[in-house]
Amino acid sequence: MAGSDIALSPAAETSLPIMSRLHELVVTVDHKKLGLMYISSALFFFAVAGLLASAMRMQLALPNNNLVGPGTFNRLFTMHGTSMVFLFGMPMIAGLMNYLVPLMIGARDMAFPRLNAFGFWMFLFGGLVLYSSYLTGPGLAGAGSAPDVGWFAYSPLTGQAFSRGHSTDYWTVGLLVAGVGSIVSAINVIATVVSLRCKGMTLMRMPLFVWLNVVAAAMIIFALPPLSAAQIMLLLDRFLGARFFNTQAGGSAVLWQHFFWIFGHPEVYILMIPGWACASEIIPVFSRKPIFGYPIMVAATVTIGFISVSVWAHHMFAVGMSPMANSFFAISTMLVGIPTGIKIFNWLATMYGGKIRFELPMLFCIAFLFQFLIAGLTGIMLSVAPFNWQLTDSYFVVAHFHYVLIGGLAFTIFAAIYYWYPKAMGRMLNKKLGLWHFWLFLIGFNLTFGPQHIAGILGMPRRIYTYDPGRGWELYNMLSSIGVIFQGAGILCFVINLLWSVRRGEPAGDDPWDAWTLEWSTTSPPPDYNYETLPEVRSRRPLWDLKHPEDPDWKYE
Amino acid sequence: MKKITRSAFGIASVVFIATTFLVAPGFAADAPTTVTNIFKPLSTPAQAIHEVSLLALAICAGIFLVVAGLLAYIVFRFRERPEDEGREPPQVYGSNQIELAWTVIPILIVFVLFLATARTIYDVQGAAPPTDALNVTVVGHQWWWEIRYPNLGIVTANELHVPVSEAGQRRPTFLKLESADVAHSFWVPQLAGKTDVIPNRENRMWIEPTQPGTYVGNCAEYCGMQHAHMMLRVIVHSAEEFTKWVAEQKQPPADDPQTRAGRDVFFTTACINCHGIRGTPAMGTFGPDLTHLMSRETLGAGTVANTAEKLRDWVRNPQTIKEGCNMPNMQLTETELNQIVAYLVTLK
Repeated sequence: MAGSDIALSPAAETSLPIMSRLHELVVTVDHKKLGLMYISSALFFFAVAGLLASAMRMQLALPNNNLVGPGTFNRLFTMHGTSMVFLFGMPMIAGLMNYLVPLMIGARDMAFPRLNAFGFWMFLFGGLVLYSSYLTGPGLAGAGSAPDVGWFAYSPLTGQAFSRGHSTDYWTVGLLVAGVGSIVSAINVIATVVSLRCKGMTLMRMPLFVWLNVVAAAMIIFALPPLSAAQIMLLLDRFLGARFFNTQAGGSAVLWQHFFWIFGHPEVYILMIPGWACASEIIPVFSRKPIFGYPIMVAATVTIGFISVSVWAHHMFAVGMSPMANSFFAISTMLVGIPTGIKIFNWLATMYGGKIRFELPMLFCIAFLFQFLIAGLTGIMLSVAPFNWQLTDSYFVVAHFHYVLIGGLAFTIFAAIYYWYPKAMGRMLNKKLGLWHFWLFLIGFNLTFGPQHIAGILGMPRRIYTYDPGRGWELYNMLSSIGVIFQGAGILCFVINLLWSVRRGEPAGDDPWDAWTLEWSTTSPPPDYNYETLPEVRSRRPLWDLKHPEDPDWKYE
Repeated sequence: MKKITRSAFGIASVVFIATTFLVAPGFAADAPTTVTNIFKPLSTPAQAIHEVSLLALAICAGIFLVVAGLLAYIVFRFRERPEDEGREPPQVYGSNQIELAWTVIPILIVFVLFLATARTIYDVQGAAPPTDALNVTVVGHQWWWEIRYPNLGIVTANELHVPVSEAGQRRPTFLKLESADVAHSFWVPQLAGKTDVIPNRENRMWIEPTQPGTYVGNCAEYCGMQHAHMMLRVIVHSAEEFTKWVAEQKQPPADDPQTRAGRDVFFTTACINCHGIRGTPAMGTFGPDLTHLMSRETLGAGTVANTAEKLRDWVRNPQTIKEGCNMPNMQLTETELNQIVAYLVTLK
């Protein structure tokens, strides 16, 4: 582990005066620093949005509870949903892409380093604009503080007649700004992968992580502009008297729903595909086998990318579309299940016949597989349009997408952080604390969201700030709220671990997991220029080839 | 450690399957309850949905058992053992035959599920109303339901009264859904799936309850401050009772000389800007029609029971009962309040 001496050299950097270090953060265009800034801001917003959710769960623990009033509750779920999607999910995946894509393809930085910095600051300012509504939202008209229109902001609730004051404008402008950041960072990822791959790195030799993120980035470029366009139309409605969504003047409420979901559904895959990307790197390494069916995994992801832009109206089965339209969106949604199923089978086949090491990243991936399976199956149920007429906008849907985005995405993000933290920081995360995090969060997550399936089946609608006793919902809401305590404790262990290990973690060395992709060939943390000499690869697992000259991959590919 | 992983998955699978099957079967339910389980349908469209749902649930449960079982087996069987130290397993890169198998089988499953789905969609959405079907217009408001019977000349609120449908004599109710302000959604789980109620748009749905009783439901689309208190009641009567209810609702409003004082207060304050009482100068349409106010079970769209006492609290200051609702505190004096409530309770 010759690299470990170099690995600890950033300690020298910390002796710089704090102002110099802050200045460095503001002016940096280094993809690794920006990546870590993305990830830490995303984790900050994750904690804030989690606290908002905890307040909602405390309110819903008991029927007819009076902890928070209706106005506050509506702001809580609006800010929770908006933050989790736009200020946790999007920057988190942008951060992972930023940090890892150049390293994995053997490049020295992203293709457009300054555009990269621009993207980060746009996201951060978008988030700050959104949250500043808590301070300045009342505006001149005197109504509202934070937005209370839901993260989906259905019209005409967002129109001037029903949303007075400026809270809705904070939502619109904040996301518009953050959206620009997401679009430029997606363009950057694609440009980087197209132009900066090292010698020998053909498209079909790229790590699956890179492939999947390219697909996600392409989807961002397709899906985000419709949302931005709709938000601009909404601003025109509110400030310049346009009538796109103003139903009182003949506008269309359903038009907004189409715009929103043509963004909103691909968005779910935009968030989920980078999660799969992490799992596709981690599962092989801890099973000690290459990914099963690499070309099929690539094909399945691209297929999902294409199908996912034709499924949006499955969020709208109840708006009264024609039977033909309902049937179309039912079948297109069911079709997504096929490539998704193929991916799950390929991960299982990768583990099959391996020697599975139960390190923390792998534990999170195994839990991900189990929970994502449930999420996928409840997704199939929701694609059955008539079943959906009952389940949509009920707690069943809340449970379903939290199994996707927490059980699926957040678990793979945790896996990724446990896996790559040693590379980024040069030190391992503490395993004991990590196990506490894993078990507390696993229990807490399933306890919170499992019972919500049943509450939904018993007719509990979403977004209600309270409910009467006697509807059969009390038990499930109570369990759900208790789960939050476990989740909170788990996250606390995680945060302590992240902070503690920066200085006190065991030194990691270059390649603590005996892994195979290029980033493990440089020091931990990597130098500013990533590689002293740019690497050259002959297969998908360049480090395997190095470690096993008698049995290299390039013989078989 | 490994052992714990294993047993945790075992327990989790058992819990998931058990809950799935406990909730799933449609136990022969014979009366509506306040626990609105979608798997206890009591109406034709809800029953059609229930049947395709059971198929979807069975398929998903089957897939869950196979895949979760496989995952548990793999995690157990292929865990690293101490004697494996330093040795790598055989490196396998893939197999096109196997990939083909797990592509084709899901395609077949999707095909079957889609056919069943499409059939149910057309059955429910394409049903034509029989000639003696009851037609009702439901208008969503922030945060209450206006219910109009265009052929019967009845206007009421929050409680939809319909006849029961029997094997010999089907009496389904066809609803026209409109909204006066923002998007809402009409959802009474035991009677039908939900249909959104969208301004500037006319949606249709139908119900055909097979058991008399009171069915509860909620607005299911977020519609602002008091979305939680926008509840629905569908009261299903036998044929005779329904005729009787219609006759009662057609009666002109009570006009007891003893409550004239309250009536005068009502007609000379802003009450009439929003509320209507049939055949009187009160013709407001922003709030619920009060012609037969006391025939309804609740106030504030299911917020509190409709008793004289609660009604008094409501008229004094509705904001204490349903914060944010569109009826303001009218700043009535105690005398006016007593007079108005004395009048309102006669509107049976």
